[in-house]
Amino acid sequence: METLTIGTKTLALDADGNLANVNDWTEDVARELAVQEGIPTLTPQHWTVINFMRQVFTKEGDAPSIRRLTKESGVDTKTLYQLFPKGPAKKAARIAGLPKPKGCI
Amino acid sequence: MRHMLILGGGTAGTIMANKLASALDESEWQITVVDATERHYYQPGFLFVPFGIYRMHDLVKPRRQYLPSGIKVIISGIDVIDPEKKSVTLANKAVLKYDYLIIATGAEIHPEQTEGLKDEEWGRSKFDFYTPQGADRLAQFLKTWQGGKLVLNVAEMPIKCPVAPLEFLFLADAYFTKRGMRDKVELQLVTPLSGAFTKPTSSRVLGEFLERKGISVVPDFGLARVDSQEKKIVAWDETEVNYDVLVSIPTNMGDACIERSKLGNELNFVPTNKETLLADGLKDVFVIGDATNLPSSKAGSVAHFQSEVLFQNILEHIDGRPPIAHFDGHANCFIESGFDKGLLIDFNYNTEPLPGEFPLPGVGPFTLLGESRINHYGKLMFRWVYWNLLLRGMELPIESEMSMAGKRV
Repeated sequence: METLTIGTKTLALDADGNLANVNDWTEDVARELAVQEGIPTLTPQHWTVINFMRQVFTKEGDAPSIRRLTKESGVDTKTLYQLFPKGPAKKAARIAGLPKPKGCI
Repeated sequence: MRHMLILGGGTAGTIMANKLASALDESEWQITVVDATERHYYQPGFLFVPFGIYRMHDLVKPRRQYLPSGIKVIISGIDVIDPEKKSVTLANKAVLKYDYLIIATGAEIHPEQTEGLKDEEWGRSKFDFYTPQGADRLAQFLKTWQGGKLVLNVAEMPIKCPVAPLEFLFLADAYFTKRGMRDKVELQLVTPLSGAFTKPTSSRVLGEFLERKGISVVPDFGLARVDSQEKKIVAWDETEVNYDVLVSIPTNMGDACIERSKLGNELNFVPTNKETLLADGLKDVFVIGDATNLPSSKAGSVAHFQSEVLFQNILEHIDGRPPIAHFDGHANCFIESGFDKGLLIDFNYNTEPLPGEFPLPGVGPFTLLGESRINHYGKLMFRWVYWNLLLRGMELPIESEMSMAGKRV
């Protein structure tokens, strides 16, 4: 199994490369995962999306789709693609320490 | 008299009506099915229509013919569901009371959800094959098309039958080859997914199939708008792909009555318990088939597997016991790969499609995630199975729970 090392801690990753354990997540973990995804700095707008994703996940057990992010997070689709290039839902979920959203089956 | 109300008489609703009609006492129960139209289409057949393999009239039957006698069938749209009052208001304003409600209202395509997709070029240079009219128009168009670049674009996930876009391209490759014009046609898949399909092993295998057939893939493409004048599709990050003919799988959404009733998510799919198929947070309401928000494929085979679980759970629920049957996300799909061959995939929530034999280990006769002639005949034979066994709620020789037998990890 792949792992992620943050400081002295080694965290387990799942088959998609997302955190295996949601509770391992910290803001430092988010920053490290963001760098891996090609996002050098997380802006306040990034955090809005990340926090919204974690909120939905805690309540419903799955990360929201892009459409739902657009509708409810206060960040429009175009901006979402600028913040998290290529796959906003997938990338933001990974940075937020959540499993890959189930929506796309 | 107790009322079992089923909204939708498609694959899922018809199977449930047949199963329940034979289990519930006619003198105590009134079963009612509501659907907007008299015609029941065999939707898996739509894929073949653009290539002249089936014609649309081969795929349609009277809806009532497949529903049990002794139940009430109402042909009407649905206005709104009120779970508080346990009633449903129809488009004609009639109000139906229920004791138990099954939502089986399915999913439809919504090209109007994408800027510039549904305009005057819709049906001329831009087509769908998820509707009878769309598939017919595409068949007409392809008959006389002289060649160019055909782009198959998936606007947004989830879609009904997630393998259909791949099958369309495989069949297109065979169709243009047989007509001696494959060298004049460029085929391209433009998808919001990161590869050919959703799960890793099958994505790799199917990706190799595409490559072998000379079909290119543009992954991670989030469709923002279509420019009909310039004949290009544009992503949210401004990436552009040109086309001569666009075959679109537009955004799929649940029925508008779900939105009016405020029972759905952002795509009007109803939040459903993924194991028991009870509607989340609603009393005496069940959801089945494409209408659910479940992370399983939206496909007839899935509705069939769900029906066995839901049937048991409804009977338990009526008797005041907790639901005991659990849906595992089982899906079983034949994938046409062209030239009279096909693949078969069998998977569930937790197990991705794997290679092997099905249903008997080492024997088959069907090959999993590998190409064979018998898989193609399995797919063609399925139309008969659908009308004569599946819709009637008959037992099929495949368990609703997925089996690992014959699969190679």
